[in-house]
Amino acid sequence: MSTQTLTIGKALNLGLRKAMEDDAKVVLMGEDIGKLGGVFRITDGLQKDFGDDRVVDTPLAEAGILGTAVGLAMRGYRPVCEIQFDGFVFPAYNQIVTQVAKIHARSKGRLPMPIVIRIPFGGGIGAVEHHSESPEAYFAHTAGLKVVAVSNPVDAYWGIQQAIAHPDPIVFFEPKRRYWEKAEVDTDATPGPLFASRVVRGGDDVTVLAYGPMVKTALQAAEAAAEEGRSLEVVDLRTLSPLDLDPVFESVRRTGRCVVVHEAPLTLGLGAEIAARITETCFHSLEAPVLRVGGYDTPYPPSKLEEEYLPDLDRVLDAVDRSLGF
Amino acid sequence: MTALSQATEVVDPVPGAAAPHLPQQPDLIQLLTPEGERVEHPDYAVDLSDEELRGLYRDLALVRRWDVEATALQRQGELGIWASLLGQEAAQVGAGRALQDGDMAFPTYREHGVAWTRGVDPLDVISLFRGVDNGGWDPVATGFNLYTVVIGAQCLHGTGYAMGIQRDGAENAVLAFLGDGATSQGEVNEAMIWAASFSAPVVFFCQNNQYAISVPLERQSRVPLYQRAAGFGFPGVRVDGNDVLAVLAVTRAALAAAREGQGPTFIEAFTYRMGAHTTSDDPTRYRLASELEEWKLRDPIARLKAYLVRSGKADAAFFEAVEADETELAAKIRQGTTEMADPPLTSMFDHVYAEQTPHLAQQRAEFVEYHASFADGGDH
Repeated sequence: MSTQTLTIGKALNLGLRKAMEDDAKVVLMGEDIGKLGGVFRITDGLQKDFGDDRVVDTPLAEAGILGTAVGLAMRGYRPVCEIQFDGFVFPAYNQIVTQVAKIHARSKGRLPMPIVIRIPFGGGIGAVEHHSESPEAYFAHTAGLKVVAVSNPVDAYWGIQQAIAHPDPIVFFEPKRRYWEKAEVDTDATPGPLFASRVVRGGDDVTVLAYGPMVKTALQAAEAAAEEGRSLEVVDLRTLSPLDLDPVFESVRRTGRCVVVHEAPLTLGLGAEIAARITETCFHSLEAPVLRVGGYDTPYPPSKLEEEYLPDLDRVLDAVDRSLGF
Repeated sequence: MTALSQATEVVDPVPGAAAPHLPQQPDLIQLLTPEGERVEHPDYAVDLSDEELRGLYRDLALVRRWDVEATALQRQGELGIWASLLGQEAAQVGAGRALQDGDMAFPTYREHGVAWTRGVDPLDVISLFRGVDNGGWDPVATGFNLYTVVIGAQCLHGTGYAMGIQRDGAENAVLAFLGDGATSQGEVNEAMIWAASFSAPVVFFCQNNQYAISVPLERQSRVPLYQRAAGFGFPGVRVDGNDVLAVLAVTRAALAAAREGQGPTFIEAFTYRMGAHTTSDDPTRYRLASELEEWKLRDPIARLKAYLVRSGKADAAFFEAVEADETELAAKIRQGTTEMADPPLTSMFDHVYAEQTPHLAQQRAEFVEYHASFADGGDH
């Protein structure tokens, strides 16, 4: 057993390294990922060890990164594309939605697209515009893509390797404000499945769903609620497309109440889909409507306001109170 | 005089955009004049046997016949739409015949002539326009990617594929197709930047057919398109796109350079879309009949035929045999199209993912169950 204390950032770095060692076809592509090691240093040291053919400092154009990744994938490579910040993915949106997502179906399965698109997402770092967004719903809405969001170092280490080894294109969301969160990672363990949600704290009164950076917030809320004698069950969704809601249904049937939390704007966010599915599946178990806590339906605000925009412990607890009040 | 009008005046007008005068273009590479006269070029030569020359003629004639038949089938309601290549046969056959085994072509949605040279069954192209699938051929086995409908996206795919060739240490090249309108797309420009920066073995083959649906070339570019390549740092050449010999020579040379590690080339094949953009289009709304008449004099098939006849490289029996092949091909396409089965109802759920998701499997099962719930078992 080999256990190390790793940050999410370092866990990703080691996971990428392991994936590159395991498969010579893995190629990393992105802006500033080589010599600099990425603006968040996630690819630190990899170009030095694997060469600039496998860790490619690309020209500054996101559509170019994804479009050339498609061609490399057709040639048998497994490109891992870094989008420097969430808000910069949109120049590549055309390639992701019209090409990456559709080529497998277009070709009747003859052209697999094993591409991983890594996106540091979410706010809370005091950044300027376009550096704090949560665009996951756009991708979860697109057939042909799979979407995951990691919340901790263990999932970061294993998840990035599982995503790279997977035959379908995956948008891999990394909680940038949690990059420095630490945990023990056993690199000899057998990881659980990538496309599975996980109950990270058991409870009886209300089920709280979260993913990415909001998992920590939800756990903090559960801790605070416990002091007031309320027992929250927290589920880390982990996979946003496909959603793995069976454990959620099981939980909601017990609690009868559910709150979904995400940083993304409320309207047509993941919470809307999840609320609909829970209602369809657990209607007779529900004691209250499924409530959502999200960002407001505004552009992501200037950073002096972001703490008001982002769901926090108090807003989660407020929703819990409202749920229990029905 | 304003600064703007000054700037406009010094720009080299795009030759021939409105009224082409091909012989007056010094940069145009030509080996066969519109009258079918064989001419030499200092930089480009082709040395083809009589049989190879006749083979090119046969390609051109059959591809045109296919195209005419498909247009007719659309008019009769058998196809949803058809994108005609009429007038561009030489550009496509010349480019396609320059490819070698192991090379890969990345077409737009009009490269039926290239498809032909790669051995793609015309019915596998027709199936796309009939709405049966998104193209039925195997892109790997044929070295001919599936049609890409979003303008210009395939140029990046071709460039990435070429980067893969580099990493494999293979001596192959990519031929990425685009049109004059696509040169305005950011992704096309990004592809050329990538190709240049990584010296990727990719040749950009631009069929300048003068119109992006209705919008003429001068709205896309104020310089001749081939001159754009200089700004990206690789050679650009303009070839008479209606001259199959010149297209073959220029494309062969560019692909050879790419295979040898000399990086990309941009080829502008100067041609004309004789028909509509697609069967949904009406070109009389945006261009003059006189322009079409002028281009008919530069027809790619007529000039090769004139050359073959005048030089005695083909006789009447040969042309009769090609005509018989055309008739046979048209009949095969017609029969194959009208008899083409609709796709299975559940096929839309197939291949969305390499690894099917439980959610989509459930949706598929519900769809099947829904159809089975009808009295006729879903066959309504």
